[in-house]
Amino acid sequence: MTNAFLYAFAGIGLFVLGLHALVVHAHVLRKILAVNVMGSGVFLVLVALARRSGEATSDPVPHAMVITGIVVAVSATALALALMLKLAGKSGEAVLPGKHND
Amino acid sequence: MDGIIFLQWAFDAVLGLGLLWLAWRALNSSDLFKAIVLFIAFGLLMALAWVRLNASDVALAEAAIGAGLTGALLLAALARLETMTDQNVSGVSAHPAHPPSPTPAGSRFSRGLLILLLSASTAGMGYAVWSLPSYSTGLSMDVAAHLDSSGVSNPVTAVLLNFRSYDTLLEMIVLLLAVLGVWSLDGLPPQPEKPPATVLETLSRFLTPVFILVAAYLLWVGADAPGGAFQAGSVLGATGVLLLLSGWRPRARLMQWPLRLALTTGAGAFILLGLLTLLLEKQLLAYPVAQAGRMILLLESLATVSIAATLAILFLSVSSGHKMKTGKEEKE
Repeated sequence: MTNAFLYAFAGIGLFVLGLHALVVHAHVLRKILAVNVMGSGVFLVLVALARRSGEATSDPVPHAMVITGIVVAVSATALALALMLKLAGKSGEAVLPGKHND
Repeated sequence: MDGIIFLQWAFDAVLGLGLLWLAWRALNSSDLFKAIVLFIAFGLLMALAWVRLNASDVALAEAAIGAGLTGALLLAALARLETMTDQNVSGVSAHPAHPPSPTPAGSRFSRGLLILLLSASTAGMGYAVWSLPSYSTGLSMDVAAHLDSSGVSNPVTAVLLNFRSYDTLLEMIVLLLAVLGVWSLDGLPPQPEKPPATVLETLSRFLTPVFILVAAYLLWVGADAPGGAFQAGSVLGATGVLLLLSGWRPRARLMQWPLRLALTTGAGAFILLGLLTLLLEKQLLAYPVAQAGRMILLLESLATVSIAATLAILFLSVSSGHKMKTGKEEKE
């Protein structure tokens, strides 16, 4: 056990928190935030597991993948936000249609 | 020595718990504006976690994108959502129709089932991580062994632009697709523009040259130290966002083919070089060792331009409903 595992478990926690919020909340903006938190959790697990080498240099391959992932996540977020605005423009509210209409 | 190790453990534990707590608060805050601000704070703490994990390259990207650009995008979208739905989504009196608490559909049974499934997946993932060997160098030895032939001395840049450059190639295409997707969602009412505050205008005049300099430095230093195309591109993109916020709009002429060229130059350069290396070296993006350094710098510079243009234009589209109109499109 090294400190790296602490961050890996925190990453799992973030993923699950995000998944919970993704299912529970109806507002699309909250869902987008939730997906972003889930992504951060995945990134944290990847980079934490790259740090298992102790004093030696970390594994650069997961680092590179996470940097790519961060940029992809921001562009996906922008697309999701544009879709949300389109939905709000059509239906008057940024909530997915479904049973939760209260 | 023991004291230092204890302090490190304590710091890591506090940081990990802080991340979880901020994420929870951001996801379950009753006020959407507050949720976004907490999410930005979460991004900053994430950058700190990357530093603790010896991932300075990731920390730089996270600080510029995760905390900066994503936050700006979310706030801009929230502002537009408020004017569009004409309800005070972010006010203190949170919108009554959609409480942040679990939706009414969640009966006791389905909520219990959800908690059960989430606990099971937490346990599964926790076990998967727990069962991994606690010491592993991963691919770092392989990367170190071939670093000399990669043309750069920063292993992360070597992976991104040489060993796994097809990742970056595909990423440039993903960025392009995101812009295409946003542009194809036509018909949103444009957001009325407010004149920018004087302080912001003056500040952005001072900051823009500094940001450009920082981006150029990050791009150049990426060969040997943390930095590179992604970090430089996101700093430059953030500069664009700052300029857009302070009321600057590119001239209409600039928004046509020069913008399109900037958006596609990264992916285009990758594809061209890929084809060239496929013909000459019989392998996709396998650079000749002697030229690798120069090729990486060229690719990174063009990718920086594309990433910056993409991020800035995504912000412009989400914040003000700008859409592309060229003569050709209008004829169609």
